[in-house]
Amino acid sequence: MTVPLLETQDLSVRFGGHVAVDAVTCAFRAGELTAIVGPNGAGKTTYFNLISGQIPASAGRVLLDGRDITRTPVAARCRLGLGRAFQLTNLFPDLTVLENVRLVIQAHRGRGFSIFSLADAQREVTEAAEAVIDRVRLTPLISQKVSELSHGNQRKLEVALLIALDPRVYMFDEPTAGMSVDEAPVVLDLIAELKAESDRTILLVEHKMDVIRTLADRIIVLHNGKLAADGKPAEVMASDVVQEAYMGKELEDV
Amino acid sequence: MIVTLLSGDRPRSPLLTLILLAILAGLALAPFLFPGVRSLETAARICIFIVLVASYDLLLGYTGIVSFAHTMFFGLGAYGVALASEHIGRGFGALAVGTVAGAVAAALLAMVIGLFSLRVRAIFFAMITLAVASAVAVLVSQLSQITGGEDGLNYRIPRELTPAFRWGGKLFDVNLNGKLLNYYLVFFCSLGLFLLMLRIVNSPFGRVLQAIRENDFRAEAIGYRVVRYRVAATCISAAVAALAGSLFAVWLRYVGPDTTLSFEIMLDILLMVVIGGMGTMYGAVVGATLFVLAQNYLQNLMGLASGATEGVPVVSDLLDPDRWLLWLGVLFILSVYFFPTGIVGRLRAGR
Ligand SMILES: Nc1ncnc2c1ncn2[C@@H]1O[C@H](COP(=O)(O)OP(=O)(O)OP(=O)(O)O)[C@@H](O)[C@H]1O
Ligand SMILES: [Mg+2]
Repeated sequence: MTVPLLETQDLSVRFGGHVAVDAVTCAFRAGELTAIVGPNGAGKTTYFNLISGQIPASAGRVLLDGRDITRTPVAARCRLGLGRAFQLTNLFPDLTVLENVRLVIQAHRGRGFSIFSLADAQREVTEAAEAVIDRVRLTPLISQKVSELSHGNQRKLEVALLIALDPRVYMFDEPTAGMSVDEAPVVLDLIAELKAESDRTILLVEHKMDVIRTLADRIIVLHNGKLAADGKPAEVMASDVVQEAYMGKELEDV
Repeated sequence: MIVTLLSGDRPRSPLLTLILLAILAGLALAPFLFPGVRSLETAARICIFIVLVASYDLLLGYTGIVSFAHTMFFGLGAYGVALASEHIGRGFGALAVGTVAGAVAAALLAMVIGLFSLRVRAIFFAMITLAVASAVAVLVSQLSQITGGEDGLNYRIPRELTPAFRWGGKLFDVNLNGKLLNYYLVFFCSLGLFLLMLRIVNSPFGRVLQAIRENDFRAEAIGYRVVRYRVAATCISAAVAALAGSLFAVWLRYVGPDTTLSFEIMLDILLMVVIGGMGTMYGAVVGATLFVLAQNYLQNLMGLASGATEGVPVVSDLLDPDRWLLWLGVLFILSVYFFPTGIVGRLRAGR
């Protein structure tokens, strides 16, 4: 059997007495789109934080290509190919759309320490950035300051930064949260496009079941920090765990 | 060509362009436009403070790091030149050695402080710089055999840079002497260093610094090792401050704790950055020019005003030249109140 691209083994984190992620063991194969679902506070974002390194694990391991990266710093994990978009928009507000994306491409190409050249003169960087901005349909706003963008457009830029990173593993955390009905499809179509391109490994935290049904190859369910279910979308959605853990709230509402 | 020299960073405001050109012309032609020892002193001081403030802006305005050790680095450069001139003897070699040694020492010290404290939190760095700067200031005044203590050091610089050296007659009534050469040394070095800073902030590296200022968390998440960039910025800023200090030492032919290391100068630098406009580089030019002019001429102006209002009881008291610091404070508060983004920020926004 081949080594999975990304793997977590008994991964846990404890905040005081509260175990937010509880011994999650899960492997992600290359080329797969995995949806991660679970009620609010289930630990989905925290699970991402552990994988991309923003929060140190209390126990367990994270493996990339079979290599232990549990103690590897955030920036180094990023350069190893773990790319992350955030649930709460997390951009460079005083810089323009173009500069935001260019920063990512420049990082990707290891240009950050060039001190005497001109940032604006890096033609390939600018062109690559413009291409990404075009994909998220932000070209008309390219020289706007990010702080002046609408929430929906900031969400698109959040996704653009991840695409610009061209990672091996894409981690989307509720990418369409708070977007209007006509804006969300831009992002969802983009994720579908990424999935269609060969060999993209995508982890997607998403609440909307119809989105998951069309996009996901696999669903894992987190509940109270524990891995509650894992399998094909149809199976998992039909299972009792999901009915109870995820749909539970909706059922109660009925 | 000019745009290349400015690293593509245009003033982006007609009025600002005009002001900058006026300052440039004023400084370039200072010996001829404003003859007299005092005005030349002021012009040289403005040149040097532009560089010093610009190097501080790299840290505060571009990277978002608060440091209280900037005068310490300034002082390292100044003492480097002083000590080298004293021990190696008068000459350009000594100036070069002192300058290089000062800049290298400043960069190294900045690196040590940075590696030690920038890993933790930005506020920790501010506190450490404050502590180290105070310790160095105490050390300099204690080690009087080496540093001259509170009295400072007088030393000799190459004859070619002193008034005694005459290399021509007069041009427009100005003596063509070494002092003039010294002024242009200061002017061109300052101009070069300022353009260098402008280049650095507009480089890919400069963009990363701004990204770190805006959102260090995300900068790290897209693959930049934030600590390294912060440390690098601290080192560059310290080295440039030291170079400004060396120029100051060459110009003054004297260094002492009050002229280079004092906490008052540190506050002045802060004020100049804020008044001019943080994170703009051009703010350093405008801020330093205004501030140094005010420092040097506000007292005169107030003397005149106080004389004119003699007899009006409270007013003439308030306008007494001894109250100039009070008025400087008032000016500062007003400028921060009306231009929270500094003069440059205000001019750019008001297009
Ligand atoms: N840094 C932290 N310190 C303390 N508690 C935390 C921290 N981060 C998360 N938690 C807690 O861990 C639990 C899981 O939070 P998490 O944000 O991972 O949930 P989530 O599944 O992403 O929820 P949502 O759907 O609302 O985004 C919550 O109870 C939260 O309060
Ligand atoms: Mg979440």
